[in-house]
Amino acid sequence: MSITVLQPGLLTSVQDGGRVGYQQFGVSVSGVMDPRAMKLANLLVGNDENEAVLECTMMGPQLRFNTANTIAVTGGDLGATLDNQPVERYAAFVVQAGQTLRFTSLRSGCRAYIAFAGGLDIPEVMGSRSTYMKAKIGGLEGRKLQKEDTLRFRAPNAAPANLAQRRVPPEVSPRREFTVRVILGPQDDLFTDAGIRTFLSETYAVTNEFDRMGCRLDGAVIEHKNGGDIISDGIAFGAIQVPTAGKPIIMLADRQTTGGYTKIANVISVDFGVICQLKGGDTVRFVQTSVEEAQDALLAERAALKALRDTLDPAPKSEPEPGPGPKSEPRKEKGFFRNLFRK
Amino acid sequence: MPNVRFLLTGDTSLSAEFGSEISERINAQIRAFTIALENSKVPGIVELVPTYRSCMIHYDPGVIRYGELTKKLEDVLGRLDSIAIPPSDVLEVPVLYGGEEMGPDLAYVAEHAGLSEQEVVALHTSTEYLIYMLGFTPGFTYLGGMSDKLETPRLKQPRVKIPAGSVGIAGKQTGVYPIDSPGGWQLIGRTPVKMYDPGRETPILPRAGQYIKFRAIDRAEYDDIAAAAEAGEYVCRTYPRGEAKK
Repeated sequence: MSITVLQPGLLTSVQDGGRVGYQQFGVSVSGVMDPRAMKLANLLVGNDENEAVLECTMMGPQLRFNTANTIAVTGGDLGATLDNQPVERYAAFVVQAGQTLRFTSLRSGCRAYIAFAGGLDIPEVMGSRSTYMKAKIGGLEGRKLQKEDTLRFRAPNAAPANLAQRRVPPEVSPRREFTVRVILGPQDDLFTDAGIRTFLSETYAVTNEFDRMGCRLDGAVIEHKNGGDIISDGIAFGAIQVPTAGKPIIMLADRQTTGGYTKIANVISVDFGVICQLKGGDTVRFVQTSVEEAQDALLAERAALKALRDTLDPAPKSEPEPGPGPKSEPRKEKGFFRNLFRK
Repeated sequence: MPNVRFLLTGDTSLSAEFGSEISERINAQIRAFTIALENSKVPGIVELVPTYRSCMIHYDPGVIRYGELTKKLEDVLGRLDSIAIPPSDVLEVPVLYGGEEMGPDLAYVAEHAGLSEQEVVALHTSTEYLIYMLGFTPGFTYLGGMSDKLETPRLKQPRVKIPAGSVGIAGKQTGVYPIDSPGGWQLIGRTPVKMYDPGRETPILPRAGQYIKFRAIDRAEYDDIAAAAEAGEYVCRTYPRGEAKK
């Protein structure tokens, strides 16, 4: 009922939807960097969408399966192979006992996600299996994977229903230039008009100072009215801090819960995956949107994910549904899903 | 009703900002608002994070959208003056002061202040320190109210590892290290209480808006409490602020 870690890769850790409810006590949320990639991987193998997955960074691991199970690989293309044969991304497939999953080379994006049908047998700490390395909690002993680690399955399933349908259009293309939507605030009023214009018109380069805590950007200096220090307040996922030096830092999954730098804007939820698939040398531009539009996009994404789940794993029906024919509706939703995810 | 601004912090949270200074008055307003909001059971609110100046409200836009939420928050703010807010609790934290192992910098802090070590301990244990917020690491408290006399600069050379439970002073700040970490605080003592224990039902003892009062203990009591804490049987004394201490 397990896999053995032959090689851990650069930074592979157990992550789920995050540790919610403890930020008031100074506990970082953690969780996956690219929530949509995690959710798609989980739905493809029939899991709850926030089930714990492996997050692999740039150089993926080598994993030997001691038990057969169904898995899916999503997110950036890290060149996954199964016994040296390429595997299809964004599709569920069965791995037999004795086979080895390897990641050979980075082709697009930065982070890949592996979901295992039935989930991983990892104890929850404060309601989450996410690894929070700074506090050494969650995941496997609070740390990244090491050689010869064993990860156990909870309920492997090597014979999923409708396996051929368990695929969606792959995301994360090998582009190097990206656009990300942001909502101005909470401290946009502490920047000059010129500073806001700079932020929304210049192109920023991703530096190599990019980890699970944050992504430091380089580019035109964003002008403050009176410097970048404030009395500390809370920090959301995707908050764009601008310290006095004027170069932005995007705060990510392992961010501290509070901080004392001005935050000019926040990346919108549906674009977290764009940010978290960047790597050094990529460029990013910020475009302004409204909270209403951002929430519309988030709810549309959720609806598409729900439609996918209903298609792959329909809930058992207790009685016939009234109203319009039940067959036509999922198809419409599916088309909508494709449009949303194929960017 | 306090003058509050709702600031956008993305599409699943907002910040209700009560001011832009560190003051007990603002913190008390934030505490009252947080309690009132918890009691109001507004649907869709996921998590509240009070800080020095604001209360960050995480919410699910699938349940409540931004515009509707701010209206509900205005309602809560409008009722704030008429809601009875219970007094803050005081969390009593036992500390073994001084000694090479537990409080190696007590002598320096005393010398810097021109006081005896006993006077430093007496001053440090005489105050109820307001917990403005938690942050930085799990269970780290930002405390206010330390006597100016105890103000001491940080170590010139930070220590590589400071054990969890260490009580220190850095500039105008005092506090407890909840986990082993590097740091430059002047260490004056240590508590045997686990401020942070991820396996415990209440993983983190202190809460924003509470007060901390340190109580000096001797080595024998330290060892007793440490043994009880290790067995998960020690409970820190708490009492409503203003209530006569027994």
